[in-house]
Amino acid sequence: MSDLKKIKEEFLSKLSSKLSLSEINQIKSELFGKNGLISSQFKKIGTIEVSERKKFASDLNLIKDELQNLINSKINEVENTEINQKLDKEKIDITLPERPFIRGKIHPVSQTIDEISSIFSEIGFNVEEGPDVENEYNNFTALNTPDNHPARDMHDTFYLDEKKQKLLRTHTSPVQIRTMLKGKPPFKIIAPGRTYRSDSDQTHAPMFHQVEGLHIDMNINMGHLKGCLNYFIKEFFEVNKIKMRFRPSHFPFTEPSAEVDIGYQIKDGKIEIGEGDKWLEILGCGMVHPNVLKNVKVDPEKFQGYAFGIGIDRLAMLKYGINDLRSFFDCDYRWLNHFGFDPLDVPTNYRGLSR
Amino acid sequence: MKITFDWLKDHLSTNLKEEKLLEQLTDIGLEVESVDNLSAGLDLFKIAKIVKVEKHPNADRLKVCDVNIGNKEFKKVVCGAKNAREGLITIYAPPGAIIPKTKTKLVVAKIRDVTSYGMLCSESELNLSDESDGITELASTKYEKNIGKNFFSNSNSNSNLIDLSITPNRPDCLGVRGIARDLAASGFGKMKNINEKKIKSKTKQKIKIKINKESGQGCSIFGSCLITNVKNTESPQWLKDKLISIGQKPISAIVDITNYVMIDINRPLHAYDADKIEKGIVVRNSKSGEEFTALDNKKYKLEKGMCVISDNKGVLGLGGIIGGVRSGTEFDTKNLLLESAYFEPRSIRNTAKKLNLDTDAKFRFERGIDPLSIEDGLNKAASLIKKICGGEISKVDIQKIENFKNKTIKFNPNSFEKISGFKISTKEMVKILDDLGFKSKKEKNHLKLTIPSWRPDISQQVDIVEELVRISGYDKIKTIEPIKERTKSTLTKAQKLFHFLQRAIASKGYLEAITWSFTDSNHNNYFKGSNKEIKIINPISSELGVLRNSIFSNLIMCIKKNLDRGFKDLSIFEIGPIFTGYNPGEQNTIICGLSAGKKSRLSWVEKDRNVDVFDIKRDVVLTLVEAGYSSEKFFTDNQTPNYYHPGKSGRLFLNKGKDQVAAYFGEIHPNILKGIDLKTESLVGFEIFLDNLKLPQKTLNDQKTKFRVSDYQKSERDFAFVVNKEVSAQEIIYIISSVDQNLISNVKVFDVYEGDNIPENQKSIAISVTIQSFEKTLNDSDLEKINKLIIETVENKTGAKIRS
Repeated sequence: MSDLKKIKEEFLSKLSSKLSLSEINQIKSELFGKNGLISSQFKKIGTIEVSERKKFASDLNLIKDELQNLINSKINEVENTEINQKLDKEKIDITLPERPFIRGKIHPVSQTIDEISSIFSEIGFNVEEGPDVENEYNNFTALNTPDNHPARDMHDTFYLDEKKQKLLRTHTSPVQIRTMLKGKPPFKIIAPGRTYRSDSDQTHAPMFHQVEGLHIDMNINMGHLKGCLNYFIKEFFEVNKIKMRFRPSHFPFTEPSAEVDIGYQIKDGKIEIGEGDKWLEILGCGMVHPNVLKNVKVDPEKFQGYAFGIGIDRLAMLKYGINDLRSFFDCDYRWLNHFGFDPLDVPTNYRGLSR
Repeated sequence: MKITFDWLKDHLSTNLKEEKLLEQLTDIGLEVESVDNLSAGLDLFKIAKIVKVEKHPNADRLKVCDVNIGNKEFKKVVCGAKNAREGLITIYAPPGAIIPKTKTKLVVAKIRDVTSYGMLCSESELNLSDESDGITELASTKYEKNIGKNFFSNSNSNSNLIDLSITPNRPDCLGVRGIARDLAASGFGKMKNINEKKIKSKTKQKIKIKINKESGQGCSIFGSCLITNVKNTESPQWLKDKLISIGQKPISAIVDITNYVMIDINRPLHAYDADKIEKGIVVRNSKSGEEFTALDNKKYKLEKGMCVISDNKGVLGLGGIIGGVRSGTEFDTKNLLLESAYFEPRSIRNTAKKLNLDTDAKFRFERGIDPLSIEDGLNKAASLIKKICGGEISKVDIQKIENFKNKTIKFNPNSFEKISGFKISTKEMVKILDDLGFKSKKEKNHLKLTIPSWRPDISQQVDIVEELVRISGYDKIKTIEPIKERTKSTLTKAQKLFHFLQRAIASKGYLEAITWSFTDSNHNNYFKGSNKEIKIINPISSELGVLRNSIFSNLIMCIKKNLDRGFKDLSIFEIGPIFTGYNPGEQNTIICGLSAGKKSRLSWVEKDRNVDVFDIKRDVVLTLVEAGYSSEKFFTDNQTPNYYHPGKSGRLFLNKGKDQVAAYFGEIHPNILKGIDLKTESLVGFEIFLDNLKLPQKTLNDQKTKFRVSDYQKSERDFAFVVNKEVSAQEIIYIISSVDQNLISNVKVFDVYEGDNIPENQKSIAISVTIQSFEKTLNDSDLEKINKLIIETVENKTGAKIRS
């Protein structure tokens, strides 16, 4: 028997018994280590006669492969057994709770503002802002509500000085004035923000939110106003049809003026917008009064357009079924958690406003 | 404005139903606020007399009254009114009756162990007036014989009380006739012609009236007539019913008649007891300090320049606002002077505001009364008085210092379509305007319109457009779909940052709150820092008396409230304004957060720990990094406002020395927690100043440098330095990073230690430095060189010693 055959027989039999990983590795180095049996045989190739060299090399390779494969599979087998044994031991109660996390939320008013901005963005409005502290001129006089106008009584104003020159804005309309004073027509803006009236009961809070809208251009008429609001209400409530009613009203800064009601019904204790025979007032609007345009140096002979003011909190209450306005500002942890929105829930046009 | 359909029909002939009326009123801008069936169940309310009053055995403030409800029937009623007394005639509501004001149905009830059968009502509960102090008192002379009878008469049983919300521009609709006119113009019936008969009299009005011509005179016309030998009495049933039908309480014929005329044609009148006027009337500006007692039984001290009606003895009344007690009419008034005048809205409003007075007359005059209704009002009222109370009427006397002229206006019919977006014919326009009382004349391409005297609100073309749209119907306005086109970006960079930061903070576990922009001055004082307090002069309560100088003042109270509810671990934030001055624009936008309690409380898997300043620092830094600012340039020091823990707080700059404070963060000062009695394991907070964050000129995309990474081997070396405590980690990191910016790619503090084996006032700080070249694999000597350089530099610059 040749050396090769002998090696083969010997190691095949060695490998046939049950071996540990270290025993297998021992065998592996006996064969394939630097001076291992197989390695030594390869070194011999050069000394073998040319006529037999080819066969010897081929036999050696065959044996090498056979033993190597056997060893590899042997190692694999042992490793598998070890893993399986380990797996058997490593069992946990996967029903135990995950590591603690806390979840933040976005306030429904902020979410609603984002929704409103998203809708108006689509039809070309951009967002403007103004300060919370206003002067009497921007809040009233420039808006065609001079001192001694009874309409001032409708706004219970917080004042910061005895002369009543500085006040907390009672509506977002002064942003109209600021916007038009600093730019040139056309204007197409919305202005969401905080507003203040010294009114406090179940349905009134001393601070609330409004969004102002203003569109001034060459030929903007009441039809555009109706179209714009109709579009907005449909988009906001995510309904295809909306019952809407324009009702004549009066605001000193618009003429003609209107209040807008939407149809609703109560079904199974929940409010359904757009259906039914009840009316709910949701906003005031009108064509910007020529006196206002004159006050901001816009020529009312050339330019005209509409403005509107919507109560944001009211919209949020309707859309999200919140009953109490004052709860918005109460900071009750449970309420914020319940009505708040996930910060990843950014209202967008393509994905829809709400999930 | 309260009306009934029946009353409207005095002025309007129509076959239409009430349901249609309500719709039509709203459609033309006279919004229906509510509709009440006043008379439903009102027959249950009886005139009754208290015959005996005893103290309630179990309640000091309550009384047990025996009440005679007629037909020899007596009921026991528990009553809390102070004025409940024996012999008082009042109004009794039995169990089953519905109280008009509260809409509650009465039941037999045990009140502190005494059974009460029904209730004695106040005027306010019956919607008769705002008088809620005590139960209704009925004059015994008049009502003694009526005990047991219904208080409310049956004759209005089918007329609903319609409450309209009249906008301030429409004084004419504060009269039933004005409302009828609008309805008729809109096609709801036809106006009835009522021509008030002129008083025919030969006697002169004997009391001399004079309007002083002086600057700021608030009265321009004063009409009057004298009625002598009247016998003031109870009003006839039809008049009582009329007033009760709109929720008013009849008082006496003279008062009821003036009220009736006011409501019917919006013509306020005032009746004086003529015998109490001393030597004629002068309408003049008041002198500073003049006093008089008004019909509300309050004494008023006048400022200079208020429009008063006076006689020789002094002020009789405030013109158009309220009369005085001295010249008021009573049941025994024999001779009376009836006033019908025009007062300037501006003057009325100034005076009423200064004296804080609100009356029916004031409400009407400040909106503008028809100056041409003076005689109509006198004619109507005087003839009614004569009819009911007898007497002789004098001629009407009119004094004036100005002549009223109807205004005219040019109206271009084309302007209608330009504003409204729809068309109606000029003929239709003329018809509508005519129905509303305008006189129109065609001139070239426009109409010349004469504005009716009762419409002070109309002064320009667009007002006419409104009238036409209103009466044609707002439903005629077409809906023009908006164009989906955007020419300008919706949000500015600052607005985008606002929205981004809001959601970035929320995503770190904070709940967003919205709190008032005002706050309690006591809480504000804790957090106002170097800002000055900004007071509101008319706050709704002292707890909301100042504008907030910091969001913390409100937010910390939110935390406290929720801790008191039993929550222990809370993170809340708000983004919004704080105020730094009284002027518009003196405000900053802040994002402010508070985190209280522990992390991992009661967790089986992690050990709990208090939230700390490094939690909040992470939230601030991560948020700013997410917003696009590079943390490599961030710089922190410990200069913070006094509401933070002085040793455990910091301020952060985006770029050292180049900008304003980006944020403060840290533990809230323990004295504040003590001051407001807030109990928690830990409370940390932050403020990010949005207005101080520099907005990048380039987009985030353009800011990114070229993508460059090294594939050569990197080495990590650890160093431990012992250094003076005062030397900050930030400084050491900065020094090491600057040793060779090409080779040092990362510096990390992995341990800080003070105590045993470290000299006092020193600390050991362990730092891991990652070294990697973009050009080659560094060999041992390269690494040795840089190690040496790091140690040397840190030692030289900070006085640190490397630990061996």
